[in-house]
Amino acid sequence: MTTLLDVVLFLPIGLFLLVLLIPREMGETIRIFSTVVSIIVFLASLGLVANFDHSQAGYQFVSQFQWVKDPNIQYKIGIDGLSLWLVVLTTFVTPIAIMISWKGIDFRLKEFHAYILLLEFCLIGIFVSIDLFQYYVFWELALLPLYFMIGIWGHGRKIYSAVKFFLYTLSGSAMMLAAILYLYSRAGSFDYEVLLAQISSGALRFTSLEESLLFWAFFIAFAVKTPLFPVHTWLPDAHVDAPTAGSVDLAALMLKVGTYSMIRFCLPLFPNAAREFAPLILTISVIGIIYGALISLAQPNIKKLVAYSSVSHMGVIVAGIFSLTQQGLDGAVYLMLAHGISTGALFIFVGFLTDRKDSLEIKDWGGLVHSAPALSAVFMLFVLASVGLPLMANFVGEFLVLQGTIQANFVLGVLAASSLVLSACYMLWLFSRVFYGERNADPNKEVYDMQPREWAAMLPMVFVLLWLGTYSHSFMPAISAANAGVMKHVGTQVEMQVRRSEPPLTPGVLVPVIAGPANAAPEVLGAR
Amino acid sequence: MPVNFFPTTAELVRVLPEMILVIMGTLIMALEPLAPSSRQSFLGTFSMVALIAAIPLSLLTFADPGPAFGGMLLIDGFATFFRLLVLIVGVLTIILARPYLEREKVESGEFYALVLFSIVGQCLMVSANELVMIFIGLEISSISSYVLAGYLRKDTRNNEAALKYFMLGSFATAFFLYGIAMVYGATGSTNLFDIRQVLMSGELATPDRLIFLAAALMFVGFAFKVSAAPFHVWTPDVYQGAPTPVAAFLSAAPKAAAFAVLLRVFLTTFMPFSQQWEPLIWVVALVTMFIGNFAALVQENIKRMLAYSSIAHAGYVLIAVATHSEIGTAAAMFYLAAYAFMNVGAFAVVSHFARKGETTVEIKDFAGLANHQPFTAAMLAFFLFSLIGIPLTGGFFGKFYVFKAAIDSQFYWLTALGLVNSALAAYYYLRIVVLMYMYDPSEASQNMPPLDLGVKTVLGVCGACTVFLGVFPTALLTLVNNWAILHPTTLP
Repeated sequence: MTTLLDVVLFLPIGLFLLVLLIPREMGETIRIFSTVVSIIVFLASLGLVANFDHSQAGYQFVSQFQWVKDPNIQYKIGIDGLSLWLVVLTTFVTPIAIMISWKGIDFRLKEFHAYILLLEFCLIGIFVSIDLFQYYVFWELALLPLYFMIGIWGHGRKIYSAVKFFLYTLSGSAMMLAAILYLYSRAGSFDYEVLLAQISSGALRFTSLEESLLFWAFFIAFAVKTPLFPVHTWLPDAHVDAPTAGSVDLAALMLKVGTYSMIRFCLPLFPNAAREFAPLILTISVIGIIYGALISLAQPNIKKLVAYSSVSHMGVIVAGIFSLTQQGLDGAVYLMLAHGISTGALFIFVGFLTDRKDSLEIKDWGGLVHSAPALSAVFMLFVLASVGLPLMANFVGEFLVLQGTIQANFVLGVLAASSLVLSACYMLWLFSRVFYGERNADPNKEVYDMQPREWAAMLPMVFVLLWLGTYSHSFMPAISAANAGVMKHVGTQVEMQVRRSEPPLTPGVLVPVIAGPANAAPEVLGAR
Repeated sequence: MPVNFFPTTAELVRVLPEMILVIMGTLIMALEPLAPSSRQSFLGTFSMVALIAAIPLSLLTFADPGPAFGGMLLIDGFATFFRLLVLIVGVLTIILARPYLEREKVESGEFYALVLFSIVGQCLMVSANELVMIFIGLEISSISSYVLAGYLRKDTRNNEAALKYFMLGSFATAFFLYGIAMVYGATGSTNLFDIRQVLMSGELATPDRLIFLAAALMFVGFAFKVSAAPFHVWTPDVYQGAPTPVAAFLSAAPKAAAFAVLLRVFLTTFMPFSQQWEPLIWVVALVTMFIGNFAALVQENIKRMLAYSSIAHAGYVLIAVATHSEIGTAAAMFYLAAYAFMNVGAFAVVSHFARKGETTVEIKDFAGLANHQPFTAAMLAFFLFSLIGIPLTGGFFGKFYVFKAAIDSQFYWLTALGLVNSALAAYYYLRIVVLMYMYDPSEASQNMPPLDLGVKTVLGVCGACTVFLGVFPTALLTLVNNWAILHPTTLP
């Protein structure tokens, strides 16, 4: 049976084919067409939210048919609370990524837009696949569009970065395919639901060595994608050399694939291994948090700084996941969305700066607040979000993650909390160097303020950022329900009963009372 | 008059494809001197008609499967599958070769006749059920291939290729023949089923070791033909030197046929000793993959790179052979079919791009091709992605199925190492994609002539088949699973 989800999944690929049919001379038409159709995809995905039962843990909008008979491969898709918001995030970010490329991308437009739509298709495919084979297909396929985007429209050492990105992720996932095949040879199915049922009912049992190996085969693939310290080295290169839209898609969407998959596969399928290795992974992620933050502090390049801050933030998300607590998981998923919006927006701003002046070295900038006040104000908003200020999206996620991490391990939790302080250091320092101080721009070339098109791209981001930060009740029920399902399989915690009866543990609705108005912050800092 | 003084009709029908190919090949040879040298292209049409006619005939033959000529041939699903595969590769080769020969101004009926004879040899090989018959088929196929590799007589690289191929090939067949002699000495038969019966009965007059030695010698012969390490050294030189359409042909058809025979001999005759030969193939598969992939990393000539890549792919197929299971056989069959399409497709682009005298076959010549000929570049990129094993291509599904077979047979280490290899291989394929899409155009790609109809057809067919095998593999999977049965319980 065809559901709305099928439509949301296949619209982008259909539009991708349509874009291929438009002659390449009609660049402007392609731009407008892609913008409009990607907005339509987003609206269609809102239909999913409206018709979704937010209190349920299982898959909804399930649609399936037999793809290959032997081996038994199915086309099977569905969404639950975990993937629902990530799908919406994907459809939300894609039109914005297209809109902000109007200036930066000025050649081979047709291919560019085709790749963006193809990437959207693959990412949605990853989030909605229930069949593991199908999931792997999308997983690998998603590499191609981003690889081309970095390699063709990137700058600097773009080819090196594109190839590094491709090979790193491809090698990382080689063992995952072996693990998937092994699961199939044992269970006779690629269907995630079947596997889960067999494992939780005890019909499919692994020895502890088997389970560890399978766990790591999956985890390494996800860790590379996330990217988790120490396999993060492809990320700064890819980010710095990618075109703006590539960076945005990478930061906002591609990185989420890794952490999403950890929750989806590593925890419920291999609960014993997950519990066994959780302390180790928690430690690694805390190292990553601090390492990423310290490297960010030392960066002379704006884009690199934001890229390393991603390493740090993704470490927070992984820490939340492997705290193996309901709060930690909820926070991790929430932070995925928040990080998608806030870091995505920061990369968009970096793109705006590149559009204005062809340099991203911090020393080439200064005093921007005089010539571009509106730009500075909106940038500040996202800087504060990234720092984890209350009222902003990231705060909710980080708060819950830290809560969960402290429950799991007090010392590591405290160390992870240092991310809040460190991120404030590098982000605010970046802001003060670029926007305050002496005007460092060429006097002949005044840096212009926000353009209407830029406002059009940013306002939705601001809106969602504040919504995520102030009213988490819109998003949390679905996430919590899905995570409760995951926790049932991991089966360690007891406090989820407590959690159920006391919804206000979610801080998003509490903070307005505590914190002052958000837009007061820039002035405070400006006075410093 | 003895009862079988004349072959029965049923027997004759079972060799109909070979018959039509031989007749047409001879006819082409006879007509060639009569036609003026500028008007030889109709002979190409002749050969194409023969090959295309042989395809339905092979299917017709399969309608009544069974042995022929006293068990010398065995027409079963396995044989029919490979017959069809080499015939299709033959058709593609002829379509690809016509513009090539025209461009080099060397078109003559000889080329087409040789292709036909080579395919006859391969058809006989894959349906042979008897060691001497296998040897004859192998020789018919090989000798025609030697001549094809050196087809441009005045070109020194062609000569080098042909000579090298011939010398090493002769040695390899000698090893193979020596193996046959030993098997015959030990078991008193050359029929695959009879040998198997003797081996299973355990009443060997000679020590088992003699059979192991014979199997090893025969494996040397096969390893040479499928270019498996350490008998692969001829491959890069021959693929580089030979005319590109011939290289495309060599990488697909004789290789597939040799794998077919390897599977048939080892999975029927030597099956009782599978525990002994399995480690051998295991190691050869591994070494072949590593040598192929590592050597391909540093190649500058695209034909040499594709040659090393074809060595690496032989390694993947050997993984499937090593599993000595029905699913392994099916995986090998699927893989060889997928490989034939993607590789012929890649070679087709190279063949067109190389221009007269094959002057532009360096990898760097492909720089910026996407700017000038987006379609050609996209097709080549697609075939390369299929060779890497990116999903939704035939190459991916082939690899997937091979590794699945390996996991099912509990070859965990081999699977892991194979997967590492296929990730490693991505680098050198990507290099070409990078050049085509991310660099400024080279002189060679700026002046690239537009595609002619022949190359377009080959690209279209290969592309369509690669997509089809990647997206809807069920059709072929069902086929190979049904046809992969090599050792029936009731012997004919």
